[in-house]
Amino acid sequence: MKRQFMLGMAISAFSAGVAMAEVAPETVAYTEGAVEQSLSGTPGNPEEGKKVFATAGLGNCVACHAAEISKDIPFPGTVGPALDGAADRWSEAQLRGIVANAKMTFDGTVMPSFYKTSGYIRPGDAYTGKAGTEPLPPILTAQQIEDVVAYLMTFKE
Amino acid sequence: MTQRTIKTALAATAILGFAFTGAAMAEPVDDALVIDGTEITIRAPAPAHLDGALTELISGWAFRDTETRAMQMDDFDNPGMIFVDRGLDAWNAVQGTEGKSCASCHEGPESMKGLRAVTPRVDEKTGKVMNIEAYVNDCRTTRMGAEALNLRGSEMTDMLALISFQSRGELVNVAIDGAAAPFYEKGKEIYYTRYGQLELSCASCHEDNYGNYIRSDHLSQGHINGFPVYRLKDAGLVSPQSRFVGCVRDTRAETFAAGSDEFNALELYVAARGNGLAVEGVSVRH
Ligand code: HEC
Ligand code: HEC
Repeated sequence: MKRQFMLGMAISAFSAGVAMAEVAPETVAYTEGAVEQSLSGTPGNPEEGKKVFATAGLGNCVACHAAEISKDIPFPGTVGPALDGAADRWSEAQLRGIVANAKMTFDGTVMPSFYKTSGYIRPGDAYTGKAGTEPLPPILTAQQIEDVVAYLMTFKE
Repeated sequence: MTQRTIKTALAATAILGFAFTGAAMAEPVDDALVIDGTEITIRAPAPAHLDGALTELISGWAFRDTETRAMQMDDFDNPGMIFVDRGLDAWNAVQGTEGKSCASCHEGPESMKGLRAVTPRVDEKTGKVMNIEAYVNDCRTTRMGAEALNLRGSEMTDMLALISFQSRGELVNVAIDGAAAPFYEKGKEIYYTRYGQLELSCASCHEDNYGNYIRSDHLSQGHINGFPVYRLKDAGLVSPQSRFVGCVRDTRAETFAAGSDEFNALELYVAARGNGLAVEGVSVRH
């Protein structure tokens, strides 16, 4: 009984912590495209970020971007620029902004916004072709954004 | 078509299913598409109405890998030809309460020669956009006493294959003026609208990025002169509007339905973007 109680306390303390630190997609502050504050409050994990980068159901960044560092991920696309040296060109805050909503950095870019929930034309329910209701879940979670940004920070030449 | 051909075609599909993902190339190929000794026009100057949006029209065939292109160059290797034969059987079959087949009114399918090159077009009396599917269903429901076919079903794509094949090699020449003008404008607006959570328009992929790869897919200009296409991935025929459904779905959007006003207008517009390319009959894509 006592143990359960303490566990309960621990969990609510933990989730309260997360709730406080996590920045909702609607409240992200962009400064010239960059986002200074961590979206999740938890440092990104580059290995998880690589999965986000490679997986079709997640970021699928590789659909558009190639790089020497990610060359073990098959069939990189060429719609976006090669990302070699991205971490030399951009700060962490700028990379976070580019992934969360690239249109804040590159006006009208074809790169999707991964941390945005509304303002769409005929929003769908993921890839079902059926209607979705705004606010949609963002394509990536706050932590997945932090993870992919941590992975991008390894793109140095 | 004989049993043997069908088997060869299917075997080829199975092999290619594994092979295509390994192909790597950058630009569309310069090769000519020659079927049975006849060259099919796969490159053409962009029509004036595109206002410089494309410099040259290039058929989707030129963006596919060597094996896929080769299959389309020989009707015995083209798996889509099986469906032309199936369409011919359906053409001659009596269906519906009036005791008629297509052949009862139209004689052989050669009577359809040229139609695929000028459709979709707008019917003057009804003001409706008519693609081949709309003509087929109109005949079935108003003249044969038969049920309308599912626009995306295989009976319809068989008919689409048979009728398109009659126009192989003819240059696409879809009208965009007169009664077609408002549909052209509406289709154009849809073409440039960035739908869905990925906020991508047809133009994002097929105008701004043709020649680029999106993952392992080599982006073409997205013309429909080759339709219906036999897709190796699906092992079946795909109509233009089925392709549109797939492309819009891939933007994480709510798609439009085949046969909707939106997709009919879009089909007219996309067909007209290809004015000058040849009807391929039934093409092969992966
Ligand atoms: C549909 C295509 C597409 C996808 C998917 C995509 N991007 Fe991009 N990305 C682009 C394009 C195009 C640009 C160039 C910006 C412009 O439009 O000028 C770009 C730019 C960038 C840049 C800055 C480029 C540089 O080197 O200076 C980074 C970093 C980046 N993307 C990371 C990502 C990450 C991480 C993901 C996945 C979470 C991703 N992209 C998904 C198309 C894409
Ligand atoms: C996210 C990228 C993307 C978007 C957006 C997109 N397509 Fe596509 N489309 C593709 C890919 C990939 C293929 C397969 C390779 C090819 O033929 O280009 C394709 C193929 C096609 C084809 C078949 C071409 C052929 O010769 O077989 C047509 C037609 C087409 N698209 C039309 C459209 C239209 C119309 C729209 C807008 C309603 C659209 N696409 C939006 C990615 C896209």
